[in-house]
Amino acid sequence: MRFDKTEISLAAVAIACVLFGFVSPGWLIFLLTIAFAKALVVQGVVMQMRSGLVSFGQGLFYCIGGYTVGMGGQFFGIHDAIAALSLGMLVAIAVAMVLGLLLTRYRDIFFAMLSLAFSMILFGILVKSPGLGSTDGFNVHNWTIFGWAPDGGESSQHTVFTLTVLAGLMIAVLIHRYTKAGIGVICEAVRENEVRVEYLGLSPRWLLYGNYVSAAAVSALGGGLTALATGHVDPEMAYWTTSGEFIFIALLGGLGHVAAPFIAAVVFSVVRTYAIELVPHTWQMILGFTLLGVIVFLPKGLWSLVSRKKAGERA
Amino acid sequence: MKNNKTTFSKYLVSGVAALALTAGLASGASAAENGKFRVGIVTFLSGPAAGPFGVPSANAAKVLVEALNKGELPAPYNKIGINGAEIEAVIIDEAGGATKQVEEYRNLVQRQKVDAVIGYVSSGDCLAVAPVAEELKTFTIAYDCGTSRLFVENSDAQYMFRTGLDASVDNIGAVRYLAATRPDVARLSGIQQNYSWGQDSWADFTAAAAKLLPESEVVEEQFPKIYQGQYGAEISALSVKRPEIVHSSFWGGDMEALVLQANARGLLEDATGLLTCGEASLATYKDQAPNGMIIGARGPFGAFAPENDLNTWFKGAYNAAYDLDPVYPATKMAQAILGLKFAAENAGVADKAIPTADQLAAGLKGASFPSVSGTVEMARGNGHQAMQGIAYGEYHYEDGKASIVNSVAFSGECVTPPEGVSAADWIAQGFPGAQCN
Repeated sequence: MRFDKTEISLAAVAIACVLFGFVSPGWLIFLLTIAFAKALVVQGVVMQMRSGLVSFGQGLFYCIGGYTVGMGGQFFGIHDAIAALSLGMLVAIAVAMVLGLLLTRYRDIFFAMLSLAFSMILFGILVKSPGLGSTDGFNVHNWTIFGWAPDGGESSQHTVFTLTVLAGLMIAVLIHRYTKAGIGVICEAVRENEVRVEYLGLSPRWLLYGNYVSAAAVSALGGGLTALATGHVDPEMAYWTTSGEFIFIALLGGLGHVAAPFIAAVVFSVVRTYAIELVPHTWQMILGFTLLGVIVFLPKGLWSLVSRKKAGERA
Repeated sequence: MKNNKTTFSKYLVSGVAALALTAGLASGASAAENGKFRVGIVTFLSGPAAGPFGVPSANAAKVLVEALNKGELPAPYNKIGINGAEIEAVIIDEAGGATKQVEEYRNLVQRQKVDAVIGYVSSGDCLAVAPVAEELKTFTIAYDCGTSRLFVENSDAQYMFRTGLDASVDNIGAVRYLAATRPDVARLSGIQQNYSWGQDSWADFTAAAAKLLPESEVVEEQFPKIYQGQYGAEISALSVKRPEIVHSSFWGGDMEALVLQANARGLLEDATGLLTCGEASLATYKDQAPNGMIIGARGPFGAFAPENDLNTWFKGAYNAAYDLDPVYPATKMAQAILGLKFAAENAGVADKAIPTADQLAAGLKGASFPSVSGTVEMARGNGHQAMQGIAYGEYHYEDGKASIVNSVAFSGECVTPPEGVSAADWIAQGFPGAQCN
C-alpha cells in the first residue's frame, strides 16, 4: 500500500497530537478530544455536501453512536470501548440503510428537512423514555479497552484522546482515498449535474445511498467517542441545534480538504470557549460574527486560506 | 507540486501548534495564584431559563460577592470574603447542553483554576458534571437542579454537594398542602412540560396524592412540549374534565403564558392552580393571576424565606441593587455561596488561607449552617444533600401589590425521604417515619 503526501502529513500531525497530549493541560486535551470527535460527525456532513446534499439531521447518527456506547455499558454489559464504538457504527449503518431508501429519493431542502425530521423523531422518543433518563440522559462510565480499565482521571482522558486521534486519522485517510477515487469524484459530478451522471450509465441514487450510509457510520463513531470523553449522553445530541452546529463547522472549514473539518472544529471550540470566558453574556454573538466573517471573506471556508496560497504559488 | 505539498503539511502542523500555543499561553495568564478565592458560578445567561432563573441567580451572586468582599454581611458571615481571602467570581453561561457544560467545567477547574464551583439549574448538567467533579477533585455545589438521581447515581460522592432541595420534596409538599388546606378535593389534573422535570414532578405528585388524598382521582393530564407557549388545546382539554386542582411544574415564560391563558379562559376560576415553581414570577403576574392560586418556591426560598437577620440583609441588598425582591433562584444562589463560605471557614485552616477541596468537603459534609432561608442541615445523601422544609401559600394581589397568604410550612422530616430511601419507594410505602408538625 502506498501513502501519498497528504496521508503522511495527516499521520505526522496525528502523532504530534498524541505526543502533545502528554504535555498539555487536561482542559485542552478534553477540548481537542471533543473537537476531533465532532469533526468526525462533520466529516459525515461534508461527505454529503460534496454530493450536493445538506443533512440537517446528522445529530441522529451522532446520538445513535453516543447512546449505543452508553446503553451498551449500562444495560448490555458491553464495557469494551472498541466493541461499543463498533456496535454504535453498526446500529447507525442499519438505521441508515433503512432511512436511506427513503431519503435518497429527495434532494435539496426536502432532503435537509426530512433528515432533520428523523433526527427529531429520535429526540422525541428519547425524551419520552424515563428508563433512559428522559432529557437528563445518563452517565457513561466503567469502560475498558482490550480488557484494560484506565484508572479514572488523567489516564482515561489520555486514552480517549489517543483513541479519538487514531480514529480520526483512520477515517481521514479513508475519506481522503474515497474522495480521490473515481466514486468520490462522481459524487461531485452528481452535485453538478445528476442527469448527466445518469446518462453515463451510473445510478446517482445508489451512489448517494452508499454515501449516506458511510457518512452515518463515521458520524456514529464521533458520537460514541464524545460519549466516552464526556461520560454522559442526553437527547440534546439528536436535537436540531446540535445538527446545526455540525453544519456551522462544515461551512467554517469548507469542502476543500479532508483536514478542513478537523481544523474548523478546533477553531470553533477555541473561539467558543474563549468567547464564553471573556463575554459570558454575548458569546453566541461572537460565534455568529465568526461565521459571518468566514462566509463574507472566505466563502469556501477556512481551507481557502491554504488553497488560495497554493494557487498563488502556482501562478 | 512537491513544493506545494510540503508547504501544506507545514501549514497544517504550524496551524495546530499555533492554536494550541495560544490556548496554552492564555491559560497561564488566567491561572494567577493571586491569593484570591476563585469561585466559578455557572447559571443560564442565555436561553429561556435565563430570565426566570439564571439572571436573578447571577445577580444574587454579584450582590453577595461584592458585599462579602466588603465584610457587610451580618454575623456569622461578617468575615471579609471567604475565610478572609477576597472572592473572585467567574460567571459563565450554562446554555448549550451537557457535553458543553462538562467541557466548560474542566475549563473552569483546569484553565481558570477556580477553588470551587457553584451552579447548575438543569438536572442533565448536574448529572453530567457530578462524576467530573469527583474526577477532578473539585468542591462543587449544585444550587438549583432538582433531580433525585444526583446522589443515587453518585452515592459515593466526595466533592459534589447540593444546597437546594430534591424535586420530589416540591411535590410531596404540594400534596401535603392540599391535604392540610383542602382535604376534600376529589378531582385532580395536571399540565407538565414534556421532559424529565415535568414527567418526574407529575409522577411524584400523583403517587403522593394517591396516599395522602385517597378520595381523589386524576381526571386529566396534559404533557405539551417545553417552550410551546400556546396552551389553548390543553386548557380546553382540562376545562371539560372540571378539575378542582390544576397542578403544574411549568416555569418561566411557559408558566406565565399558561397562567395568562388559563385565567382568561376561566379555567383558573373554576379550578385552583397549583404551581410548584410559581413564586419565581410573583412580581410579574399582577392582576393576570387569580387570587387564591397556590404557589411554591421549591423550598423556604424567595418570598417564603423566613424573617432572619441574613434574609433581611439579603433582601435589602438585592433590592437596593436591582429594585426587585429576590425570587427563589436568587435565594438559592445566596444559600449556596453561604454554604461555601461556611465550609471554608469551618475547614480549620489559617486565616486568609484557601482550603483544599478535601478540607472544604469535610467542612460542609453533614454540617448545619445558618442561611438566608433559615438553618440548612446537610442531612441527606450521606451528608451531601441539604434537608429543609417547604412552604406553599396562595397568591394574593391587592392595591397593586402581590403577596402570599395562607402559607403553610412543612418541616424537612415531613417531606424528605429518610436516608437511603428513594422518594418513589417512600411515597409508595406511605411515608414511614415522616415527622410532621
